[in-house]
Amino acid sequence: MKKITFPQMGDMKIGLKALFAELGFEVVVPPKISKKTLDLGVKYGPEFACLPLKINLGNFIEALEKGANVIVMGGGCGPCRFGYYAEVQRAILEDLGYCFEMIVLEPNLLRDYQHIKKILGNVSLKRLYNGLKLALYKIYMIDNIYKLVLATRALEKKKGEIDSLYSSFLKKIDQVSSLKKIKALKDEYQNKIKENINDYQRDERLIIGIVGEIYLVLEPFVNLNIEEKLGELGVIVKRDIYMSSWLSHFLHLGNEMRQIKKAAEDYLDSFVGGHGLDSIGNTVRYARVGYDGVIQLAPFTCMPEIISQTILPSVSKKEKIPVLSLFFDEHTGDAGLQTRIEAFVDLLMRKKIYDGKLLEKGINYA
Amino acid sequence: MPRYYLGVDVGSVSTDIAVLDSSMKIVDKIYLRTKGQPLKVISEGINQLQDKYDNSEIGAVGTTGSGRNLAGVILGADVIKNEITTHAVAAVHMIPDVKTVLEIGGQDSKIIIIRDGVAVDFAMNSVCAAGTGSFLDQQAARLEIPIEEFGEYALRAEAPVRIAGRCSVFAESDMIHKQQLGHDLPEIIAGLSAAMVRNYLNNLAKGKDIKGPIIFQGGVAANVGIKKAFEDELGIDVIVPENYNVMGAVGAAILAREEIARLKRKKTSFKGFEITDFNFKTTSFECDGCPNCCEIVNIYQDSQLIARWGAKCPRWEAV
Repeated sequence: MKKITFPQMGDMKIGLKALFAELGFEVVVPPKISKKTLDLGVKYGPEFACLPLKINLGNFIEALEKGANVIVMGGGCGPCRFGYYAEVQRAILEDLGYCFEMIVLEPNLLRDYQHIKKILGNVSLKRLYNGLKLALYKIYMIDNIYKLVLATRALEKKKGEIDSLYSSFLKKIDQVSSLKKIKALKDEYQNKIKENINDYQRDERLIIGIVGEIYLVLEPFVNLNIEEKLGELGVIVKRDIYMSSWLSHFLHLGNEMRQIKKAAEDYLDSFVGGHGLDSIGNTVRYARVGYDGVIQLAPFTCMPEIISQTILPSVSKKEKIPVLSLFFDEHTGDAGLQTRIEAFVDLLMRKKIYDGKLLEKGINYA
Repeated sequence: MPRYYLGVDVGSVSTDIAVLDSSMKIVDKIYLRTKGQPLKVISEGINQLQDKYDNSEIGAVGTTGSGRNLAGVILGADVIKNEITTHAVAAVHMIPDVKTVLEIGGQDSKIIIIRDGVAVDFAMNSVCAAGTGSFLDQQAARLEIPIEEFGEYALRAEAPVRIAGRCSVFAESDMIHKQQLGHDLPEIIAGLSAAMVRNYLNNLAKGKDIKGPIIFQGGVAANVGIKKAFEDELGIDVIVPENYNVMGAVGAAILAREEIARLKRKKTSFKGFEITDFNFKTTSFECDGCPNCCEIVNIYQDSQLIARWGAKCPRWEAV
């Protein structure tokens, strides 16, 4: 019996679980990322690799221990080390004595399909189509609701209410398998969240845009829950990096990438790997729509984000938007992060008061 | 009638207390070594003030520094603020037209860019200790020179030698090699000061617009050798304020007063100087609820649990 597993990244597991279950396979979801996952990854991963490789490796070991025997991992050929991670992980896991097969998804759908068929047996195209449709629909709807969570955490009526609504939404969407029911759930929770916010507070809240490397942006364990921390500090969070936006780009849907490239063109005019170009383009876009600040998240030693980090000071100066760059490695103590984001929020708030933006709206803080 | 405002900065190396009067002038300051025992040192500091001030004279209390939450629950602080904000506020209070703040403490160093009295940009070291006070402390101890005289040595140098500043391990081995070649101590110490300043400017100040007036604060500002190295490198005079070593505490006191005014509260939540009569204790345990194994810390005032932190989930939230 083939038992399939994959890496953890944010809430991606719900979509992938739906896909493989629809194809008729048993799915072993890796345990939620914990210190144990991190310890395993750090112990067996190459020291100089970036954090995502290590966490993925920990996920795989934990899932293999739970009985998984097929690993699905992303590949690629962009100028970032990620493209080669699957091969490195395969070699490490084999050296550790695990028996498994690995499917590496490359940006070549036909070859991926043949690869899946070879390992998983004859999966009909129709079944694959249905599975993909269900998985994508779940992923898009989850992102839809999470976008709302980011925008409303700072406005909630009762502390913790929005997060508990979100987790009950995730639990429910995981259990349904018809598009109609998914849509109904999405509508239901959209309304529930909107009923739980104090809209009159919106004008006095800061808006911070998040840019950076996708894994660090999507996975709260590695970014030390920064989005929730910002919400607690009364900040509305916006971002354009989502699983769904990555998929849209991958499937050539929409024209967001064109807008990002256009916005970045004065500062960076070529693809530098990962989401480096997005970080620049989105920072410019956020400045121009009037967000108060931008936070860049990246794993320590991440080449694409190091490139954008060195360009961001001039973007910050010309576009007049404060930017805070944060690089993460295996530390789990969050006191240092808390100090930096509190200071950044203070800075933005004092600036907002000073610029008179609040007074214009009739809010007097003095 | 409240006439005084208390600021407490619990850092990794020192714990500083400042008492400000209603015109925001410093009337008292205490500088103690934290020595890894913040609870004991906070009590000690408050104890020193107990006989001079009455509870009813204290209008507000603010805490800052890496131990700000701990100090906050023990004292009953009105405001608990990060050290970047408090340092910026204190710098503007001392020199209203200040444009750049250089701050070097025990474990971390920061730069804050200020325009028109408002902080507009900042940076703080993250993974490196090469540019901090602890490293200087270590080197002073190794050379058996009291840390207070370390800076003077640098000023005596005629031709500073070059020391690698990228990393404290490189710096130390470079220093040892130069010593073994026969260079004088002042030359080496001046070289080390220059290396530290180079590292600071390369790491933290990269891409930042450093303009005068520049204010230099934090424990390391006592070091005249580092001050001179900054002036040489930047070509601008660097001001070390009289109360350079308690600026965080000053900022916390100012913000605490603002907070009381902003919330239109009549009374501070200060627990009173009697807190030194209580026995504060921390205990910790590892939660076994999930593989995260969170280290949960309990803070006790005598036998009463007053705060708890360290958990990633709400399991231990209720005190």
